[in-house]
Amino acid sequence: MLETNPFSLLSEVVPTVVMQVFIIAMVLLIAFGTIIQMIHHKNLTYFFNNAKKAKLQATREVGAAEKAKIIAKTTVYDIGTTSELGFGKRRLAHVLGMYGTIIFWIASAMLVFCYTGADKTSSTLWSMLWHVGAILTCVGGFWFWFFLRVDVSAEAHPWYRIIKADLFVLALLACSTFGLAWSYTQFNGHVGLSFLFFALFVVSNLVLFGGVYWSKFAHMFYKPGAAIQKNLAEADGSRDNLPPPADAPEQFGLGIKREEPKHY
Amino acid sequence: MSTFVYMTRCDGCGHCVDICPSDIMHIDENIRRAKNIEPNFCWECYSCVKACPNHAIDVRGYADFAPMGHSVRVRREEEKGTISWKIKFRNGTTKDFVSPITTKPWGKKIKMIIETPLNK
Ligand code: HEM
Ligand code: SF4
Ligand code: SF4
Repeated sequence: MLETNPFSLLSEVVPTVVMQVFIIAMVLLIAFGTIIQMIHHKNLTYFFNNAKKAKLQATREVGAAEKAKIIAKTTVYDIGTTSELGFGKRRLAHVLGMYGTIIFWIASAMLVFCYTGADKTSSTLWSMLWHVGAILTCVGGFWFWFFLRVDVSAEAHPWYRIIKADLFVLALLACSTFGLAWSYTQFNGHVGLSFLFFALFVVSNLVLFGGVYWSKFAHMFYKPGAAIQKNLAEADGSRDNLPPPADAPEQFGLGIKREEPKHY
Repeated sequence: MSTFVYMTRCDGCGHCVDICPSDIMHIDENIRRAKNIEPNFCWECYSCVKACPNHAIDVRGYADFAPMGHSVRVRREEEKGTISWKIKFRNGTTKDFVSPITTKPWGKKIKMIIETPLNK
């Protein structure tokens, strides 16, 4: 199953061009949802106004070369490993889900555009990556959703309480889970079930990408921007009005580490 | 001087929810990040400000102390055992303070970062 391109079998029923148009439509939905969200929430305006105001506090000029270096370092470390989430389970779960999803999306596009259709060859590599991506997303995502969500872990709400913030993570998980179930049932020749899971796969994609405006989807664009701004602000001395790192002797205080926020 | 959260910085870790003695730091249902749900009931203890690993919580000053345009921000450096405050007044005057974190170690899971005669 892992080495089979699920879209190949599908192309006997659904023309390849329809799948390609579907993928393009989803990309357009992301752009549309994010732009409408930025206009409506005015978050980009706030962000730039704030950054401009903070710049007035700068104590030194950051040159173009240094800027490029900071942005590169932020991209590799802060964004690439979501360092904001600290060291622990939350970061690990996020990294699994993030790379899983990125692999899944790229593999979907590669399979549909390059390896699906009557005259096309098959690709074991991209088929494998498609499944592996979906599995990684499920591992990271379900781990997060059942155990790590802050409203469950720190606020002690029951895991089955669903709120609007769950729209993104649940739609993402539905895509990967139904995608895998569809691939499995189709590979094993369960026609009825495979149609059911395929329909659910399509619907969850529509919810995920159509719901960008209402969901946390666009954090994957905002958070990197905020990380870059934060590190540039540290470098130019404005530091978002934060105090400079303490110039303290080695044994200034006890400096105890915090426990997990679970004292309800 | 009640507190508020910068949404661009919060990552929803829950430390402020956990520590707030007034139980007013809670997680927003739309974006799963923290907010002060009842600033009137803030004890102004700044436990949440000091606990936030992302410098996401700021303080809204009283008008007589620091009118609009002020800021009160904190940097916690666990590895050094310090907590620093920067207060910026509207006229641009800034004041910096650095203090030791004096919280006594407690709980089994906490590892000591530095050994002092006190915690040996
Ligand atoms: C394909 C890319 C990504 C996927 C699939 C993804 C997925 C997720 C999911 C499912 C959550 C949980 C959201 C919830 O509360 O329901 C989350 C949260 C988070 N993600 Fe991502 N993410 C991606 C990219 C990024 C990037 C590039 C960053 C940035 C540096 C980032 C930083 C965060 C942070 C800080 C949180 C927790 C705080 C928040 O609620 O925003 N993510 N992500
Ligand atoms: S300052 Fe104290 S009482 Fe006020 S929100 Fe923060 S932790 Fe709660
Ligand atoms: S401690 Fe800071 S980052 Fe964590 S939930 Fe509270 S405001 Fe957000």
